[in-house]
Amino acid sequence: MAEPVVSLRDVRKAFNLGLPNETQVLHGIDLTLARGEFCAVMGPSGSGKSTLLNIVGLLDRPTSGSLCIGGRETRLLDERALTRLRGHSIGFIFQYHNLLAGFTALENVAIPMLGDAGFFRDDMAQRASALLESVGLAKWRDSMVTQLSGGQQQRVAVARSLAMDPPLLLADEPTGNLDTKSADAVFELLRKANRERGMAVLFVTHNPELAGRCDRIIQVVDGKIRG
Amino acid sequence: MKSRWLPFEWIVALRFLREGRMQTLFIVAGIAIGVAVIVFMSALLNGLQSNFVRRVLTAQSQIQLLPPKEVARRLGAGSALEDAVVQAPLQRLKSIDQWQSVAAQVRAMPDVEVVAPTASGSALAIRGEASRAVSVNGIDPALYFLIVALPEKIVRGSTRLTPGDILIGTDLASDLGVGVGDKLRVSSASGGDQTLMVTGLFDLGSKPANQRTTFVALRTAQSLLGLVGGVSSLEVKVKDIYAADVIAQRITAATGVEADSWIATNAQFFTAVQAQKTSNTTIRFFVGLSVAFGIASVLVVSVVQKSREIGILRAMGISRGQVLRVFLLQGGLLGLLGSLGGAGMGLVALLLWQRYALNPDGTPLFPLAIEPGLFVASLLLATLTGLAAAFAPALRAARLDPVVAIRG
Repeated sequence: MAEPVVSLRDVRKAFNLGLPNETQVLHGIDLTLARGEFCAVMGPSGSGKSTLLNIVGLLDRPTSGSLCIGGRETRLLDERALTRLRGHSIGFIFQYHNLLAGFTALENVAIPMLGDAGFFRDDMAQRASALLESVGLAKWRDSMVTQLSGGQQQRVAVARSLAMDPPLLLADEPTGNLDTKSADAVFELLRKANRERGMAVLFVTHNPELAGRCDRIIQVVDGKIRG
Repeated sequence: MKSRWLPFEWIVALRFLREGRMQTLFIVAGIAIGVAVIVFMSALLNGLQSNFVRRVLTAQSQIQLLPPKEVARRLGAGSALEDAVVQAPLQRLKSIDQWQSVAAQVRAMPDVEVVAPTASGSALAIRGEASRAVSVNGIDPALYFLIVALPEKIVRGSTRLTPGDILIGTDLASDLGVGVGDKLRVSSASGGDQTLMVTGLFDLGSKPANQRTTFVALRTAQSLLGLVGGVSSLEVKVKDIYAADVIAQRITAATGVEADSWIATNAQFFTAVQAQKTSNTTIRFFVGLSVAFGIASVLVVSVVQKSREIGILRAMGISRGQVLRVFLLQGGLLGLLGSLGGAGMGLVALLLWQRYALNPDGTPLFPLAIEPGLFVASLLLATLTGLAAAFAPALRAARLDPVVAIRG
């Protein structure tokens, strides 16, 4: 069987460890995501969904437990290695303030490639351009992102998350503040990337209708996965 | 992305600066004013100072080698019979012992540019009934004029100094009623007496000097003063006038002849010059410091404003080092931009000063020292200051926890 894209074993996370206000947010999460799996994450606010996503996204470290990305154990990696792994393996889409304000749509999409290579190359512009076209924003490639609507901005964010062709996409309520039509468009783009490129997706949402269109739904309640 | 030849950090740094237009503009203006003050003040003070120094050094050499003073020795020193009174000895006019070889030795030293022998003493300048006490300076014009720019001071006649010629000051000329081409009798206490032709009149810029100073050929002075073949001093010009003190000590150590530098003989003046230098440096330092704090504070604010973007960049796989460099670059660029503006402003101010701060006769008050080196140094220093000032904010940006930064 193919190596899972992500696997968590007994991941726990506590904030303010050892202090009187210590809070246990994740209580032993076990989760495996196979290649090409589209998984919705649901659960009430404060249940630990975002913390879970930050840990899977290597933005935060678990207090204990094991996290493997692409079969690689991350516990012993240093900051530099984590950053590199994150850049190459994970695409992010956040709910708000996804993009760099002073840059055009094309530049925003190219940023991960540019940061990785250090220098700008022509093929980055071509790739960014193609990605923008695939999310239906070819016309807007040279517009400043502040001039785009919320739905368009989220589509730019989807294009950017695909820039490095990562095996895993993490979407933290990307449709949370979009109207139904835009939300549907963004969801379909993620679904398309998932189907065509075989990316695994963790999709946090409060929308049961969208969740229902995913391959699998996990419920996070009080820092545990239920069901 | 037009700036395709730039590295990632430059692209982001330039964009961040452009985005914070007002902040960038204000801090660049602040740096520019600071740099302009430094440039203007440095050129002004350096000009003033070298003007002072030049005025002092046009009439004298930088180092003077003199024969040793005569010392009276106690009679029967150490014995029971000791003379209670020691009379100060006469300081007769004397030659420097073996001056030819001493001169050659000094000339061979690396910091020395010119060594000129002179024979100087006092005499009477006589014309008809009138006589004036003067100091006769016997010089070798070819060497001496390299040290003291006498040709610049000649107001009438020429600098010709054959053995029958004399150059005198304008005030002595009017006192004695002589002009270029007239004869003048010069007689010294040692019995020398010669009739010389006035070939040039000079103005040293001070009445006593113009009344007392005369120049003749070395040979003429030697025979007038009874110093045949000898010289009373060796005048030395060095490459770095502020090192004259040290070089003088080295000359004394090497040759055994007493050497006085202009720094020692003009101690008060030199102290004033040094004090001015110190205050100049102090002002520069504090202006530089306030520029540095300005840059740092702007960048601290910028890090806070951009923290969400920094978080996004980090999530995109941008490393801490890259974020650090983005902010360091911003500091360096602010310093560079500000100092470019400041250098321009300083230059304009200097040109205006040169144009409008004039003597009554229309010449500039004093020549300013507008050196390219000053501008290059200001640019470099401001850029480095910018980099240094950016260090703390940049470190803070690099250490931002992306989770916290994105959540905002």
